[in-house]
Amino acid sequence: MNLTLKIWRQKNADASGKMQTYNVTDISPEMSFLEMLDVLNEDLLKKGEDPIAFDHDCREGICGMCSLFINGKPHGPSQTTTCQLHMRSFKDGDTVYIEPWRAKAFPVVKDLTVDRSSFDRIIQAGGYISVNTGNAPDANEMPIPKDVVDEAMSSATCIGCGACVAACKNASAMLFVSAKVSQLAMLPQGKPEKQKRVEAMVAQMDEEGFGACTNTGACSAECPKDISLTNIARMNREYFGAKASSENV
Amino acid sequence: MSWFTESLSSSLGRKLIMSLTGIFLITFLVVHVAGNLQLLKLDGGESFNIYTKFMTTNPIIKTVSYLLYAGILAHVIYSIILTRVNRSARPVKYAYEKASTNSTWASRNMGLLGAVVLFFLVVHMRSFWFEMKFGDGVPMVEYDGEDYKNLYALVVTAFSQWWYVLIYLVSLAFLGFHLSHGFASAFQTLGLNHKKYTPFIEKLGLAFAIIVPILFATQPIAIFFWTQTGALDPSVYEEMIKTAQLAGQ
Repeated sequence: MNLTLKIWRQKNADASGKMQTYNVTDISPEMSFLEMLDVLNEDLLKKGEDPIAFDHDCREGICGMCSLFINGKPHGPSQTTTCQLHMRSFKDGDTVYIEPWRAKAFPVVKDLTVDRSSFDRIIQAGGYISVNTGNAPDANEMPIPKDVVDEAMSSATCIGCGACVAACKNASAMLFVSAKVSQLAMLPQGKPEKQKRVEAMVAQMDEEGFGACTNTGACSAECPKDISLTNIARMNREYFGAKASSENV
Repeated sequence: MSWFTESLSSSLGRKLIMSLTGIFLITFLVVHVAGNLQLLKLDGGESFNIYTKFMTTNPIIKTVSYLLYAGILAHVIYSIILTRVNRSARPVKYAYEKASTNSTWASRNMGLLGAVVLFFLVVHMRSFWFEMKFGDGVPMVEYDGEDYKNLYALVVTAFSQWWYVLIYLVSLAFLGFHLSHGFASAFQTLGLNHKKYTPFIEKLGLAFAIIVPILFATQPIAIFFWTQTGALDPSVYEEMIKTAQLAGQ
């Protein structure tokens, strides 16, 4: 199949970028989206042009490194990561827009690559537990109801790719932060620090320049891991509760 | 800043204020629409005028009305603050966006919808509240030896004009869309998201967003209809207002 690609090109963080048009030919529908970009980059290299920079790592849909705002949606038309998006989702002759995540807190490094270290700083602010967990405890030593574990684990499936921020009209990071707050707040190991954690993580999120939530639900609808809006409600409860009752003045 | 003001100026704190004032304004809508259904009585405005006197003189209602003005102001001011922060969170826009596939139009345009509702409020308050409080064109009427301001005369005169009725109907449609997202969203922000209650709240919100604007709309429509069919004669009321204005000068 043949495609027309409109791709954001930007030399570096300080340069101003623009959309540029490329044509790719003989693309197999079995290729992944990133492989299609690899083919384009091979072409560009042969012509002596600068290849297009984009983020990728495991290409198995579990690392959260790939991004790309494809045809108006983060990770493209299907609810998956870009590396798991295949060219069969497109038709021969299609025009495909490829843009980087757009957020003040995710500055463009080059072309389609953005700096997502604001997420790392939010995690550093409190997305951990402060004691070593040691060896695996005896089974059933610490009883946790199955549904609580399941809920915590489903929050923990967030891979931190930033699609929620990219999809949100306010570039809000609340789905990401709430998933990280939730996965720890629900389990016994995370409970002792839950108040301090949510206060610190929300403060860091605000400092990074993410927007606030308008409950449009776009984040959850586009999340490749299907993180639910109940996480945001849980974070709000945790935050208001912590602000009202914690010892941190 | 104290811990309290600091909490309220965080992204979540500001959302909390939007949510609480929003719910307060929703309860006001219920009272307002229920009370004003008395306009549908064809009794020359007696029950409506008696109700109006009660609402404008009862000390408890007066106190609540000042809280209401404060609530409206806070809702507007915080929406402006949040919108500014949210806009700045995405300095570079996408070239191509397909947000309609992941969220409702109303949820993405609460600011626009709210702005129209606010504009309507100004028109509405100028026509009735301002005239009632500061205007010298409100005729008096006597029931059982007691004097009442004849607000009904102002209402009939206003709603006998088709364009005035049209402003109301369009604004009520905007209010309906605003509520269709705002009602359930307010509960989500408070952290009230639960398997048992959220589906109910969402349905209730949708029903509220449809029924309340329709009930409001019945009032201008009915009065306009009656002035057209002759069941109400607006010239009688216009004459009353003219006489009152002449006497006031």
